Amino acid sequence: MSEHSPAFSFRRIAAMVLRHWYLLRSSWPRLLEIVYWPAVQMTMWGFLQLHVARQPGALAVAAGTFLAAVLLWDVLFRGQLGFSISFLEEMWARNLANLMISPLRPVEFVIALVVMSIIRLAIGFVPVSLLAIMFFGFNFWSLGLALAAFFVNLLFTSWSVGLLCSGLVMRQGLGAEGLTWSLMFLFLPLTCVYYPVATLPQWLQPVAWALPPTAVFEGMRALVIDHVFRAELMLWALMLNALWLAAAAVAFMALLAAARRGGSLLQVGE
Amino acid sequence: MVAPAIEAERLSKHYGEAIAVDGISFAIPAGSITGLLGGNGAGKTTTIGMIMGLVAPTEGRVTVLGANMAHEAYRVLHRMNFESPYVDLPHRLTVRQNLVVFGMLYGVADVRGRIERLVRELDLGEFIDRASGKLSAGQKTRVALAKALINEPEILVLDEPTASLDPDTADWIRGHLERYRSGQKATILLASHNMNEVERLCDRVIMMKRGHIVDDDAPAHLIARYGRHTLEEVFLDVARGRREPAPALQQETAS
Repeated sequence: MSEHSPAFSFRRIAAMVLRHWYLLRSSWPRLLEIVYWPAVQMTMWGFLQLHVARQPGALAVAAGTFLAAVLLWDVLFRGQLGFSISFLEEMWARNLANLMISPLRPVEFVIALVVMSIIRLAIGFVPVSLLAIMFFGFNFWSLGLALAAFFVNLLFTSWSVGLLCSGLVMRQGLGAEGLTWSLMFLFLPLTCVYYPVATLPQWLQPVAWALPPTAVFEGMRALVIDHVFRAELMLWALMLNALWLAAAAVAFMALLAAARRGGSLLQVGE
Repeated sequence: MVAPAIEAERLSKHYGEAIAVDGISFAIPAGSITGLLGGNGAGKTTTIGMIMGLVAPTEGRVTVLGANMAHEAYRVLHRMNFESPYVDLPHRLTVRQNLVVFGMLYGVADVRGRIERLVRELDLGEFIDRASGKLSAGQKTRVALAKALINEPEILVLDEPTASLDPDTADWIRGHLERYRSGQKATILLASHNMNEVERLCDRVIMMKRGHIVDDDAPAHLIARYGRHTLEEVFLDVARGRREPAPALQQETAS
């Protein structure tokens, strides 16, 4: 065995991605679960959009954004779940201690979780977006380059939240697992997924604007309703995301250090 | 003078008011097999956790191959490995898949070749492509040992490697560990409740009780000093607070 181990290794990242790929490949319920909820969600909102669009007035215009909103919300939520569930798999398998005593660096572990988040999202999102075209004639991909800006910003936020949840589970054990499934839902009313920011009370609007996805959903409505791409909103979201990611990375490392101090890496469980 | 492979200096670990390890010091020479003995709650697993860099010491330090494990663990983790029945490998992955993943994580150059050798040495052929969660206890232990040997570690830390195994499989594992030590000149630290195992394998035994080291010597010397016939009897003396041999036993031994 060599005296030296590289400080950063793509091979170690590949090993972790391979580990999760093996897992996904071996378990059809896991694969089905990735597609199931987004498909149910999209179908329900698709029919609601059809129904509301037949009504006269402004409501019909707003309804045109429902499917785009639900698909973008899924990018945010599924992006975070893809990250956090891959982490939770290590806890459920009691494999975390094996990883923590291996040469795998925390940054490599996190990059592998990011890659898995993208893979899991793609497995769920691509078929569902195709179903939206087939059933409702809604082509999500026609949003074009703007879609890339929406995706990037939503994924950055999802990884920030995923990092924070994973750090908390690492420190507190599987008793904190519920956060992984529920924390993102705090964003649902505050980031104004289905309505404009102006709907919120005045005092709550600054809170909403401090959340990067708010700018994405507001930008989506501008694009779908007014056919305007608001680049300044995307830049604002990008700047917030940089701060959020940095804060989440610091929190993750602090929680890892606390887990080492508290001995919780030795006793993964509740 | 050769530097010790593992060295603990005034090593302590407190969890709030509870003291798991209390200022212990020891040095383990390279190429030796050392047993870490003690009852439940003696501090063995916490000590192992600090040696592996999983647990941060409250005070003192532990050095492995010259690296302070609280701050420089990544300098040496690729030269160490660990096996414990309390840490699992992912159940849904096959044995081969798990070994491929860990081979890549540890930077093994020829992962496939290394796995083939481990399959031969540890007799894994029958279940190498079976899901790790579907193995018997004995097979799981052999696989866990294969994972711990994937990088041919210079330092091998084993926490109860033969717990819950039948005598035949346990004996087979011990034989393999002896061959590995002599073949690789590896340093092995072994925590165990099985006194026969410790007596057979270890050059030296560190006995712990309530976070302290209460004795430290070769198994034969301990048995002689305590005037006992087996290490198990010595263990019971230590566990029950009789640190030195009873006078009656000393006379019996002398006669």
